Amino acid sequence: MSTLLSVNNLKTHFYSSGKTIRALDGVSFDIEAGTVFGLVGETGCGKSVTALSILRLIPYPPGKIVGGEIHFRGKSLLDLSDEEVRSVRGKEISMIFQEPMTSLNPVFRIGDQMMEVIMLHQGLGKSQAFEKAVEMLELVHMPEAQKVMKQFPHQLSGGMRQRAMIAMELSCRPFLLIADEPTTALDVTIQAQILKLIKEMKEEFHTSILLITHDLGVIAEMCDRVAVMYAGSIVEQACVEEIFDDPKHPYTKGLWGAIPRIDEEKDNLAVIPGIVPDLSQPPEACKFHPRCSFRFAPCDQIVPPLFQTSPGHFVACFLYGEEKTSE
Amino acid sequence: MSEKKEFKTSQTAEVWRRLKRNRAAIFGGTIVLLFVLIAILAPLFSPYPPNEGDLTKRLKSPSREHLLGTDPLGRDLLSRVIYGARISLQIQIVSVSIAMVIGTLLGMVGGYYGGKFDHLIMRLMDILLAFPGIFLAISIIAVLGPGLTNLMLAAGIYSIPQFARIVRGSVISLKEKEFIEAARAVGENDFNILFRYLLPNSMAPIIVQTTLRMATVLLTASGLSFLGLGVQPPTAEWGAMLSNARAYLITAPHVATVPGLAIMLVVMGFNLFGDGLRDSLDPRLRD
Repeated sequence: MSTLLSVNNLKTHFYSSGKTIRALDGVSFDIEAGTVFGLVGETGCGKSVTALSILRLIPYPPGKIVGGEIHFRGKSLLDLSDEEVRSVRGKEISMIFQEPMTSLNPVFRIGDQMMEVIMLHQGLGKSQAFEKAVEMLELVHMPEAQKVMKQFPHQLSGGMRQRAMIAMELSCRPFLLIADEPTTALDVTIQAQILKLIKEMKEEFHTSILLITHDLGVIAEMCDRVAVMYAGSIVEQACVEEIFDDPKHPYTKGLWGAIPRIDEEKDNLAVIPGIVPDLSQPPEACKFHPRCSFRFAPCDQIVPPLFQTSPGHFVACFLYGEEKTSE
Repeated sequence: MSEKKEFKTSQTAEVWRRLKRNRAAIFGGTIVLLFVLIAILAPLFSPYPPNEGDLTKRLKSPSREHLLGTDPLGRDLLSRVIYGARISLQIQIVSVSIAMVIGTLLGMVGGYYGGKFDHLIMRLMDILLAFPGIFLAISIIAVLGPGLTNLMLAAGIYSIPQFARIVRGSVISLKEKEFIEAARAVGENDFNILFRYLLPNSMAPIIVQTTLRMATVLLTASGLSFLGLGVQPPTAEWGAMLSNARAYLITAPHVATVPGLAIMLVVMGFNLFGDGLRDSLDPRLRD
């Protein structure tokens, strides 16, 4: 397997009323071709900022990518011109958003919007683009594709809109699909259908997927590798079986402890004490140490590097410091 | 009129349904429609040529021969009012188009890009807004000189800030919406985002503003012509006709009443229709 996307020490900062918010503070990960990579974490930990940084969609001002590298199929995305980045967006990397209700242009028909994207990136004529759009809608199991082509977004249900979005984003057969909480706004039965569809599409088009979610059930269902983010950094990264069977980082353990289980009777779910730190004044050294019940001497002195505990399993925590480091 | 309870999905149909229920708007719309028809078909409706008078029949009261009477030069008032509608419509369309195009572009660019450029545009608009409308128009005409073309330019320029502000506000709130982010994510460039996403979604306030501005521009243009700064005699223009009639207010009041009523009716028509349109395009304001 070859590496499709490689993010290295990515730093994205936001500047607001004199303060610097370190939304991403040195994020690194690789996505292999044909796999699903999951990014989990609480709200505000930098998951969506990571996605937007990859597409260079961080609004400036107030945000700016201040450091790091993003390599995608041999290209350094951060060094491309605006024009070149636009030709990557939608064609080689596409993104589906959280809110299917609001991510389609309300004043154009579904068909026109899909054809626009197809014509923009594939240089097809109108009638070919029309056929391609219908074909894509049928592929995502849209009932009455011909009719949907002529409908406006407000005439579709949430699940249908998300299907239309997926059809639109996959119409140019991108190498990477970024799905930013694609099912959060949908109800549970529709969620299952959409996840199944994304999986199917992955097989059909051999597309890699960066799946962003805070739903651990979705992660377990969909992903090959998982990275856990906390306060702008990745604290643990492993393949999905390992991270569920043997979580290492105290934060990951805390998250896992907060999953309700149907086979145990508990009055209260485990919670992680404290709150997510203010990213304009993050704690020194390990950002999790004020909330960590295992903290010891180095935790508030030195930033923990990534330690490798077993092949492919990395943890940013001094508890595993004796074992050999990743560097 | 019984309303069928059928499921209408089209947005246009929904707006039309709401508009139909608003009697004032329908009344205003009817006046506007009549005004436009009369202006276009003026030669069909007017019994006499507008600029040919019979000096033996000066200041006649309404009669069977001259339905609305005659003016100080013996010209038929009905014919002049009908031809005046043409001039008025022409001024309205040209001035409001100037303001709409320039104002919308400035507002879109300022709102979308923000920053120093936006600041510069909006301060310029503030300067224009700081003058009372008629005073600003008079100053522009003082620079350019009187006449129909310059009148249209002046009325257009002083309407630019209204469009710029409304469009800017709409663009600023729209550009935070997810579908704009989604548009960028599929690789759309700024030009497409401005003209295929932001502009069509800002159409409702632009249409409303256009209708309401039609009324204001007509008032300003008549006011300027009344002051002798706009349309020059002998062209039949309502403001200029009023100005002519001033000396005969006591002896022949109908000469002033006819163009005065025409101005009032058309301005009221546009205002009622514009208000109604706003209510039906933005139901949050009503329900």
